Parts: sequence; structure tokens; C-alpha cells
Amino acid sequence: MKKQLVSAVAALGLVAVSTASLAATLDDVKKKGFVQCGVSTGLPGFSNPDDKGNWTGLDVDVCRAVAAATLGDASKVKYIPLNAKERFTALQSGEVDMLSRNTTWTLTRDGSLGLNFAGVNYYDGQGFMVSKELGVKSAKELDGAAVCIQAGTTTELNLADYFRELGMKYQPVVFDTSDQTVQGFEAGRCDVLTSDQSQLYALRIKLSKPDSAMVLPEVISKEPLGPVVRQGDDQWFNIVKWSMFALVTAEELGVTTSNVDQMKSSTNPNVQRLLGTEAGQGKNLGLDDTWAYNIVKQVGNYGEMFERNVGSGSALGISRGLNALWTKGGLQYAPPIR
Amino acid sequence: MANQLNEQGKAKTSFWNDPAVRSVIFQILAVGAVVAFFLYIINNALTNMEARGITTGFAFLNDTAGFGIIQTLVPFDETYTYGRTFIVGLLNTVLVSFLGIILATVLGFIIGIARLSKNWLIAKLATVYIEIFRNIPLLLQIFFWYFAVLRALPSPRESMNLGDSIFFNVRGLYMPEPIAEDGFGVVWIAIFAAIAIIIGMVKYEKKRQLTTGKTFPLFFPSLGILLGLPLIVFFISGSPMHLEYPELKGFNFQNGMTIIPELMALLLALTIYTAAFIAEVVRSGIEAVPHGQSEAANALGLTNGQRLRLIIIPQAMRVIIPPLTNQYLNLTKNSSLATAIGYPDLVSVFAGTTLNQTGQAVEIIFMTMGVYLTLSLTTSALMNWYNKRIALIER
Repeated sequence: MKKQLVSAVAALGLVAVSTASLAATLDDVKKKGFVQCGVSTGLPGFSNPDDKGNWTGLDVDVCRAVAAATLGDASKVKYIPLNAKERFTALQSGEVDMLSRNTTWTLTRDGSLGLNFAGVNYYDGQGFMVSKELGVKSAKELDGAAVCIQAGTTTELNLADYFRELGMKYQPVVFDTSDQTVQGFEAGRCDVLTSDQSQLYALRIKLSKPDSAMVLPEVISKEPLGPVVRQGDDQWFNIVKWSMFALVTAEELGVTTSNVDQMKSSTNPNVQRLLGTEAGQGKNLGLDDTWAYNIVKQVGNYGEMFERNVGSGSALGISRGLNALWTKGGLQYAPPIR
Repeated sequence: MANQLNEQGKAKTSFWNDPAVRSVIFQILAVGAVVAFFLYIINNALTNMEARGITTGFAFLNDTAGFGIIQTLVPFDETYTYGRTFIVGLLNTVLVSFLGIILATVLGFIIGIARLSKNWLIAKLATVYIEIFRNIPLLLQIFFWYFAVLRALPSPRESMNLGDSIFFNVRGLYMPEPIAEDGFGVVWIAIFAAIAIIIGMVKYEKKRQLTTGKTFPLFFPSLGILLGLPLIVFFISGSPMHLEYPELKGFNFQNGMTIIPELMALLLALTIYTAAFIAEVVRSGIEAVPHGQSEAANALGLTNGQRLRLIIIPQAMRVIIPPLTNQYLNLTKNSSLATAIGYPDLVSVFAGTTLNQTGQAVEIIFMTMGVYLTLSLTTSALMNWYNKRIALIER
């Protein structure tokens, strides 16, 4: 009886704690000493553990940037792999401090889930991958095809829209993780694998014979991917948002990991504000003035991050395209840091 | 005597010290505390979700779903609502559970009886089957049947072909679909009439046996009536049905009936896995019938079949039914592993895609749990009813 009473009181305590967890994420993170970051279950180029268990990728680098800005150490991140179905619940319930998991920004997600999208770290679009044997040259020839998709993604909806609009039939074969989706595609269960284009390239190198498959030219949707935080904590929202802007601004100003220390003595006031030589920018976010310096020093700028993970320095070899700076015809643009 | 004591107790003790009153009071307090606790938790969850701007309520069930599902037993396309995806998922779960229970029962009984066979080889084979399949995790078996077997099957263009009407390939089993034309209703009437005749025959035979002691073989005449009568009516009414054959169009076969490989793999795995447990249940049931019963049956001159049918099985069933119910419940709940291989069951469609598109986790998981609870309670209610019917009636 006594034991039961104790456990009942403990349960009540838990509920009471969850009421209080709306409190500032920044304080939480500082107290814990690390950022808890929700990532994918393994997607080369975006978030993928290497053979030593170290996570790398474009999405991972966003987590690292936030850790560098808040804790001054980019390695203070704890990665929580989540599949597409788990991700929002994990963030809502406070299991992760932020989600950086190739997640598409949509109105429903932004408006009804109690979450905020803190920007776009990769502008993507949905595409199709087919086996070369099929002899298909365009997505418009896919009438009647069986299509492998990952469950719980915007992809499922775009696919339905696309085939409906063109009056074509299809059979959706829905898998839980991207690994299973690839397995289903390799086993010949479906003719087509559909996903965001960047993922298609990433999944293609996971095939046993990458050359046997090709990505079709059609892009059927807009998929702005970016980090997500809980609604109701504007300070944390700002930190994540401006960590991304710092990455882009650094590229714009030509500040890189290797020259960041020299740049500290730059006379350009924009650089001075970014790197904290001119004081005052950090306190607006509740951080040190060196927040952006730490990001660039430890993670690099957006361009370095891109080339290292998905661009020319990686197996994916994706060109900048929409993800080039606005000055070079792309969409990556940061408001002024001042 | 008891009344007397009670009255004495009432006379002596005050209201608060009466043990009966006290126990009622404490029970009311306990129930009240539990109810208050749950109300508090629910209220807390709702308040917190509202504070965080998370949408709640069941209004989402009327929104357009906008995604496709590969296997639907009721009409469905992208324009239907999330509520409809619930029905589609539910029916797919019921389908695989129902078929699984039937197949696992048949296979389980065969293996269970085989294990008791006097033939050394058959008995050992049954033992090996049971030990292998009940000791490998079900999820692995599902993956095995799905991915390993899937890879062995040919592509649609190189399908295994049976008489140009049945095709088997990596995309599934394609069969001609019988399409009823006008006037097919007569055949249904004939089927029901045949069933009624058979029930009448069985009743008459029982009565005759009780009065005269004469027996009459029932199995083959019944089978004859069940198949013969509808067939005769079918041909007399001018064959009001045609077959729609599957044909290879573009990438895949179109028309006809399709059994998707996800359903096949899941059904195969669930059947084989559960049958191993049912076999053990059946064996233990049969072994629980005392040997004297067989000897008595032999002494009465019953044949082997009669002995099994009239003496052994009815007594064994009393031992078999309760654990068999457990296996049925397990199978139903295990069917939720479907989500791992993309079979569109309730967990995959509703607690998967729908949950993710709407983000209303609490409501959807609540509904899904409600479904499994209802399915399980229904199954055990049916089995309990059956168990009562066959229970030993002591005279």
C-alpha cells in the first residue's frame, strides 16, 4: 500500500514537471551542457553516422552551429535519430531541443503542430528515381507504376497530387524508414522511388549498383527543408534562426573556418559585428558576443558546410542551384546582423 | 446465524466503526481518487497542448486525406477524408487477422496432431517445425518472408504464368476477378438454400440416430448439395457471371484481383508463427484426455475416426479453448507489425501516415488503442461463449 502511494505521488510529480517544461530551452541546454538534436535515422549528406558513430551532414552541422553559439563547443550535441513519423511528437514532448531532420516547411505543420520553422538550410524539390532498365525518360510516362515512398512525409501528398493532376494511376507502397524504401525499390517491389531530390541522390549511393538507377528530370514540388523548434520559446527560436543566418552571412562576407581569426582584425563593420569585435550583438539573443565567431570557427560558413556534406567535396556531388547565395542567383539570404 | 451476528454488530458499534460502512466509504474514496487523478491528467494534457498551440479535437476526421492507399476494401481515393482512412486501415487489420486466425488454426491443428503421430518421421518433423518457428522473433520472420522471398520472385514482365489467367510476380498474385451480372442473386439464394438443407439433414440424422441407433454418412452428401445446388441454378439461369482477366498494361498488371505481396508475407509469417504455438496448445489438449477414454472407446467398438471426433476432441477442446483464445488475441495484436513491410493496416495508415499529416498524436493513438481493445474483447467474448457451450456439463 505504501509503495503504491509512493508511485502515485511520483506519477503526479511527473505530470507537474511536464507543466513546467515550457520554460526557456536555452537555460535547459546550458544546465545540461549539450543540445539535444533530432536527426534522421541515416541519410548520407544530411545526417548520417559514420563507421565510428560520429554524425555528419548538412542537418547535423546546423545542430553543431547551435551548440557552438550557445555552449561555445560544437561537439556538445546529443543526436537522437527519429523516423519521419516520430519527429514532431519527439519535439513537442520536449525529447529534443530542436529538430534538424530534412523536414519540409508547410502551413499545416507550422500552424497546427505547436512548432516553428526557423529557416531553410536546403531548398529541395520532390523527384523520382527509376531503374535504368525501365527505359523511362520522364515522370509523365509513369502511368500505372508502383511507387515506393517513406511514410509520414509531404512526399506522399505531392505524389498523390501529381498523379491526380495528370490523370495517371499509381500504387503507393509505403515504408517506415528510408532504408526499407530503398530495399523495396532494389527488390523490384516498385518501379519508382520518390522522395526529395537531394535524398534521391543520397539513397542512390546506398544501392548495391548505383549506376543501375537514374533520377528523372521532373521536380514536382517545393520542399524547403529546415530546422524546427517548439512554439512559445521565442528566445530559442531566435537563436536557431540567427545561427543559420550567421552561417549564410559568414559566407557572404567571405569568412571561413581558416581565416576567421585574421578576419577578427578586419575593418569591415559587418564582419566586426558578426565576429563580436564590435560588442553588443550577442546579448540580444541572450548569448556571448563570440556566438557567431564560434559557429564559423568550429563549423564553417554555409558554403563550406554545403560543399563538405552534399556538394563537390562529398559523394553526392550536388550543385548549389537554389542553395547558392542570393548574390549568385540562389535563394540563401540572411537579414543584416546589426 | 449470519444475520443475527450482523444485527448484534449493528447494535453494538457506532456508524463510523461499522466494518461494512467503512469498507464502502474507503472504496468510494479510492474510486474518487482514481477518477480525480485521470481527470487531472487529461485536463493537464489538454491545457498544455493548448498552451503550446497544438490543435486538438476530432475535427480532423472530416478533412481531406490527400494520399493514396495500396489496398482498400471499401472505395477510397485521395479525395476521401481522414475518417475514411481509419475505416480502410481498420478493415485491412481485420482482414489479415481474420484470415490469419483461420489459417493458423488449420495449420496448428494439423501440426499438433502430427506431433503425436506414431510415425517417427512425421512426429519429428512437427517437433522441428514448432521449435524453429516459435523461437524466432516474429518481426524477423516477417522481414524474411517479405524481403528474402520478394527478391526471388520475377519482375512483372517475366511473371510466372498459369494458363494466361493467373500471374505471380514481385508485385503480387494476380487472378481473374468474378464479376456478377444481373440475375446472380438467384445463385446466392441457392447457396443459402443448400446451407439450410444441410442443417436440416444434420438435425434429422441426429434425431434418427437417437431413436433408431442407425447412422448415416453426412459429409459427402452435404458437400454434394453445397456445391451441386448453386452450380445447377447457376447454369439454368444462364451463367450470370463473367471473369475479368488481369492483363499486363505498361508497368503492371491491371484489372482482375490482386493479392499484394505485403499481405502474403504478413499472412504467411503470422500463420506460420502462431500455428507453432497453436500446435503445442492442441497437443497439450489431446494429451490431457486420460488414456482410459481411448480404451473405453475402443472397447465400445468405435472406429478411429469416431473415437477422435466423438470422444477425444470434445474433451480436448475444453483444455484447448482458453489458451487458443490467447493465441488469437496475440495474432490480432501482432498484425500491427505490418507497418514494417508497408502493409496498409491500421497502424501503418492511420497511426502512421494520418498521424503524421495531421499531427494529432493523442487522438489518433487513443482511437487506435480503442480499436485493438475492441477487437480483442470481441474475440475473447466469442471464444468465451464457445467455451461455455462446450464446457463439461456436470450431471
